[in-house]
Amino acid sequence: MIPDRIDKLLLRAIADGLPLVSRPYAAVAARVGLGEDEVISRLRRLVEGGIIKRLGVIVRHHELGYRANAMVVWDVPDGEVTEVGRRVAAYPFVTLCYRRTRRPPDWRFNFYCMIHGKDRAVVLRQIAVLNWQAGLARYPQAVLFSRRRFKQRGACFDAAPAREVA
Amino acid sequence: MRVTAADKRLLNDFQRDFPLEPRPFVRIAETLGVAEDEVLTRFADLRDRGMVSRVGAVIQPNTIGTSTLAAMAVPPERLDEVATVVNAEAAVNHNYEREHEINLWFVVTAADAIGLQEVLKRIERRTGLPVLDLPLEEAFHIDLGFQLT
Repeated sequence: MIPDRIDKLLLRAIADGLPLVSRPYAAVAARVGLGEDEVISRLRRLVEGGIIKRLGVIVRHHELGYRANAMVVWDVPDGEVTEVGRRVAAYPFVTLCYRRTRRPPDWRFNFYCMIHGKDRAVVLRQIAVLNWQAGLARYPQAVLFSRRRFKQRGACFDAAPAREVA
Repeated sequence: MRVTAADKRLLNDFQRDFPLEPRPFVRIAETLGVAEDEVLTRFADLRDRGMVSRVGAVIQPNTIGTSTLAAMAVPPERLDEVATVVNAEAAVNHNYEREHEINLWFVVTAADAIGLQEVLKRIERRTGLPVLDLPLEEAFHIDLGFQLT
C-alpha cells in the first residue's frame, strides 16, 4: 500500500501520540480537518497495509529498568545476511534487527541487533547465544552498550530546520 | 520507580492492536475491569513518569519521510558539546552515547533525502567532525512490541 497525502498528514498528526482523551480519534480528526470515522478507517487501512507496524503503547525501556541496552553489529557477507537476519529475528530477546549500509574503512559492519535487558551479564549471555547457536560467531563483530541517552522521542517528519548559530 | 500490577497490564497488553473505535479507552477499561477515567489517568501518569513514550503508531521506516542512523567518533571531552549540537536538530529523535570509539549514535528523520543530508551536513559543519550515514537496507524484525518480564 502507498499512503496518500491525507494518510501522511494523519501520520504526522499522531507522531507525538494520540491525545489521552476519551475520544482521541475525534480530537485528531478536528486537528486535521477530517471526520472521526475517516480517521479510524484510514488508520485501520494503514495498519492492514503494513505502513503502521503497530498501534498501541510505546514504552521507554530505560525508565522501566531495562538499562543494559546493547547494539550488536556483525560483518556478514552480503550473500548470507538475509538468511542470517531471518534466523536472528526469531529470537525473542532481539528487539530490533536489520541490515544497514557499510562505510569502510571506518565502519565495516552491516548487520545490527538491538537487545534491551535489565542486566548486562544476561545481555552478554544472549549475545553468546546468537554467536554460538545462531551461527554468528564466525563473523567480525562489536558490542556497543549505551551509556547516556541524550534524546528519545517519536519521529518528527517535517520539522523546521534548527536555526543557525551565529 | 514503582510499577503496579495494573500498570504492568497497561504497559504490556496494549502495545499492538490498539482499539480502532471511537472510545478505545473504554474497551481497555472493560478488559481490565476499571473505569475509563482510571485508564486515562494511569496512562497520563505513566507518560509523565517517562515509562510510556506515547500511545501511538510505529511507522514502517522510510514510508513517510526518510530516516537514517548516523554515528560520530567524538573526542570524550567534546561529547556534551557535540550531543547538544545534535539534539538541537528537530530532525533527531534518538541520540545515545555508546561504548565504542564511534561513540555518538543518533537517528535522523526528514521529509526527504535532501532534507536529511542537510541535517547531516549542518552537524558536520557545526562540530567539525565527520558523520557516518548508515541508512537501512533491509529490516528483519517485525516489531511486536516489548514484553516486560
